[in-house]
Amino acid sequence: MIETLKARVNEDEALIRRGRFLTTTFLLEVGATAWLISIFEGRVVSVVSGPFVMPSSAFALRAVEEDWQKFCLSRPPPGSNDLMALIKRRVLRAEGNLQVFMANLRYFKEVLAKLRSGGAVA
Amino acid sequence: MTVTFEPVTGRYMHLELAGRPHRIYLEEAGAGTPLLCLHTAGADGRQYRALMNDARVTARHRVIAFDMPWHGKSSPPAGWHNEEYQLTSAQYTGMILEIITALELDRPIAIGCSIGGRIALHLALEHPQAFRAIIGLQAGAHVDPYYDLNFLHRPDVHGGEVAAAIVSGLVGPDAPDAERWETLWHYMQGGPGVFKGDLYFYKLDGDIRDRVAQIDTRKCPLFLLSGEYDYSCTPEETLAVAASIQGCEVTIMKGLGHFPMSENPAEFLKHLLPVLEKIAAIETTPALKSGSAG
Repeated sequence: MIETLKARVNEDEALIRRGRFLTTTFLLEVGATAWLISIFEGRVVSVVSGPFVMPSSAFALRAVEEDWQKFCLSRPPPGSNDLMALIKRRVLRAEGNLQVFMANLRYFKEVLAKLRSGGAVA
Repeated sequence: MTVTFEPVTGRYMHLELAGRPHRIYLEEAGAGTPLLCLHTAGADGRQYRALMNDARVTARHRVIAFDMPWHGKSSPPAGWHNEEYQLTSAQYTGMILEIITALELDRPIAIGCSIGGRIALHLALEHPQAFRAIIGLQAGAHVDPYYDLNFLHRPDVHGGEVAAAIVSGLVGPDAPDAERWETLWHYMQGGPGVFKGDLYFYKLDGDIRDRVAQIDTRKCPLFLLSGEYDYSCTPEETLAVAASIQGCEVTIMKGLGHFPMSENPAEFLKHLLPVLEKIAAIETTPALKSGSAG
């Protein structure tokens, strides 16, 4: 569940330390379902599900549910094991101000990898 | 207190590369057939630390790894501070041949990974007589850019952090943590713009798709080994290269990623040692050399 990100991220002290200079909001789309995830100094402060009217975010990560589900397996298959792998295969679209995403790439990869221990994405 | 030393020695050599004086760092271990090791983009010769510490390799091979200019402990040439570093096929090939000459290596085995695997294909095509065998790790003929390379070198993104974060998923899932993070540390230590400059060769200048089928393995045996989890040079891309070259031997390494010799040496050596044995057998029994009977 995307909603579990808040608790899973915020209990990881090392991850929060790595994100301590990061305050942003990004949009995560799983097929037609969207979430706005807000981060304040490395802590996830809110995870809000859509639908939205005029959602405002620094950047968006968009993929269909099947690809997120493969990404979230405890041992994802080759090509589904990493955000950059999904981007290489053109199944994950990263759009918006990607400076925020790339400057904190390890942080965002580790945040989304937190979805792995709990099974299905949505 | 117990202190141990590795059987690895490092030293600096001074030589001209592309007409400019360079100070190049290299490490070596073992004795026997020279095994010249080429590191990946944005990293350095430490990636081959496990080969240099494995007696199964060093008992019969002089394992040598140099840091390319701008990488590891090798300096960029004087004047670098006003230049944009961009690796080209010609510079890369020339550098390898100059270093072989400088070290007086007699037809070494070349082993190269990623950009080193790509240049291995160039060497197999253009300079087969200089090598007794060539081993390409994660060797593909071409890779399309799949992210904006400008993020690798701009003041509002930390170059070392982003380089390591970009490649972190290329490490296979079974890599021991210590080796995984050692591998990524090398990326974090890269100089500004160096990884990006290497990728100029990997993604633009070094494209060898239209010539790779001309490689003649009768002149120099070619072995390709690629990790299953590499999405930069995928197993399919390596298999396609191998299928286009008669006599080329190919292995897809289960569970391994883009940095086999560094991310998971124990598993990688299970694949490499039989290749080294085959090369030794070809050397002592020339009839085994691909195509020589026909």
